[in-house]
Amino acid sequence: MLVVFLMNMLKNEAHLSKDTFARDIERAPTRDGFGLGVVEAGKQDENVVVLCADLKESTRAEWFEKEFPGRFIEVGVAEQNMATVAAGMAAVGKIPFIASYAAFSPGRNYEQIRTTIALNRQTVKVCGMHAGVSVGPDGATHQMLEDIGMMRMMPGMVVLDPADREEARKAVLAAALHDGPVYLRFGRSGVPCFTTRQTPFEIGKGLTLWESEKPKVALYTTGAQAHAALLAARSLESDGIGAMVVHFATVKPLDRKAAVSAAKRAGMVFTVEEHQVAGGFGSAVAEVLAEEYPVPVVRLGIHDRFGQSGEPDELLTHYGIDAPSIVEAVRERLGRA
Amino acid sequence: MALLDKDIKQLEVHAQQIRETIIAMLVAAGSGHTAGPLGMADLFAAFYFHILKHDPKRPDWPERDYLILSNGHTVPVRYAAMAHAEYFPVEECLTLRKFGSRLQGHPERTRLPGLETTSGPLGSGLSQAAGIAYALSMDGKKNRVYAMMSDGEQQEGNTWEAVMFAGKYKLGNLTGVMDRNNIQIDGMTEDVMPLDSLKEKYESFGWEVREVNGHDIPAFIAAVEQAHAIVEKPVLVIARTIPGKGVPEIEFDYHWHGKPPSKEEAARFLKELRSGAGRVPNEYA
Repeated sequence: MLVVFLMNMLKNEAHLSKDTFARDIERAPTRDGFGLGVVEAGKQDENVVVLCADLKESTRAEWFEKEFPGRFIEVGVAEQNMATVAAGMAAVGKIPFIASYAAFSPGRNYEQIRTTIALNRQTVKVCGMHAGVSVGPDGATHQMLEDIGMMRMMPGMVVLDPADREEARKAVLAAALHDGPVYLRFGRSGVPCFTTRQTPFEIGKGLTLWESEKPKVALYTTGAQAHAALLAARSLESDGIGAMVVHFATVKPLDRKAAVSAAKRAGMVFTVEEHQVAGGFGSAVAEVLAEEYPVPVVRLGIHDRFGQSGEPDELLTHYGIDAPSIVEAVRERLGRA
Repeated sequence: MALLDKDIKQLEVHAQQIRETIIAMLVAAGSGHTAGPLGMADLFAAFYFHILKHDPKRPDWPERDYLILSNGHTVPVRYAAMAHAEYFPVEECLTLRKFGSRLQGHPERTRLPGLETTSGPLGSGLSQAAGIAYALSMDGKKNRVYAMMSDGEQQEGNTWEAVMFAGKYKLGNLTGVMDRNNIQIDGMTEDVMPLDSLKEKYESFGWEVREVNGHDIPAFIAAVEQAHAIVEKPVLVIARTIPGKGVPEIEFDYHWHGKPPSKEEAARFLKELRSGAGRVPNEYA
């Protein structure tokens, strides 16, 4: 009976999986969603091409190569060239997706993206894989934690950070149809597959996943932290703390209406992201709320540090962005620690 | 297409007009680069009045050739050439670098029809040209792609990534043109960071290389036309030019890389230009 009651806090409109809270929920990396989505996009539009910088297996660009060998371009270990060749291809009507690790693209080729894609207004989709600390053992050099900040500052750039494989697939399809440059962020390690085919996705739209009857806090998420926030909300609910979970797969343009409306309802906002809190998603939320409806905003994420080697789960715990850490942060703030 | 003497003469007249316009626009702007644009005037006259398949009335004509300007700081020469080719009125050149102008200090594709890319930060033009060439050949299109580069930007890593890429994919529809004027902001290229031998470097990456006197318009055109016949690999034409060409008092002086003439200097420069005084030293003759 209790389980049924709790499940009702999930928003029906979000059409989340019935396994959302199951221990054995299927897990898959969001980069798989890239692989699936870009093949579909390739079937829908023959102008879709994929460029890769010597990482076709781990970025899943290989899935596209298998389907469309003539539309896959291997540029070698050369991210600056990957971005600029793509800008050239877009100039003659192609819709290039460029795939590498976020630490290298946009990490290495920021200026090329700025000048030849954003300022030059070319429809290139920059796909940054292995974002966040959940890259795991590779360590800090490969754990990109500044990409959302870099890319959301860039004029005209759309920034998408999907929560799971299915949402990543939808994000890729939406990016292919978007007339302009897009940055998409994907993770390396498996995360719960909790959204479904029916879960709505639209660039620029936030999605309420959980809504208690009397929410005291609103948890705003981007990327795979959406599921952690749901677990946290369920745990808080069982402690009698009502919450809302609003997921923003689009960091830019941020859904201001959704951000303001849940803040009004809950009165306090926590943001959760696998990224530096300075300049990232939490900053974006704080900017909007400061302008439109100031409420306390607590930003959970990486605080002016680099990552390090470790297993994904232990790193998420260490940096305070797993479900128990969210619960603890909320309880502490509410004086119920 | 064989050039008649009168055609050559006409191209030289265009180059002269381009140079005079460059001086006028730089004075009006009060900032900008002088040496490079003057040195490239003959190349741009050759491109806009002979080599390029283009239509100034339809800058987005799908059948056009693509001329990518990688070293965006030299864009006054392109603006001047485009104006004389009737893309827009020559008077508009005087809006260079002014607020609201389509003629930005460094070229922006989205502001002025006829520009193919946005450039300024060096080293990314060749790879954009390679991307265009690659995509065109994917679609079986016959357009030609030209990448105009400086010599200084051969110091950029991105350039060599593109050189490798074009070599690997044997982009026969791509022709690079390098303005080899031996100067950059901080001094002579061989002092700042030696580049030679550029010919051997490109050849070792699978390119065909031609070297020409960049002020000998028929020789430059012949080299580009030869490049059209080489379909199995990309071709680089190294055009040896004199920075500040046409104004003897600034020729070869790297201090003129990045500054405009004053009003007084401009009057003197125009006089020198019109006297046809640009000297050609022995090594380039």
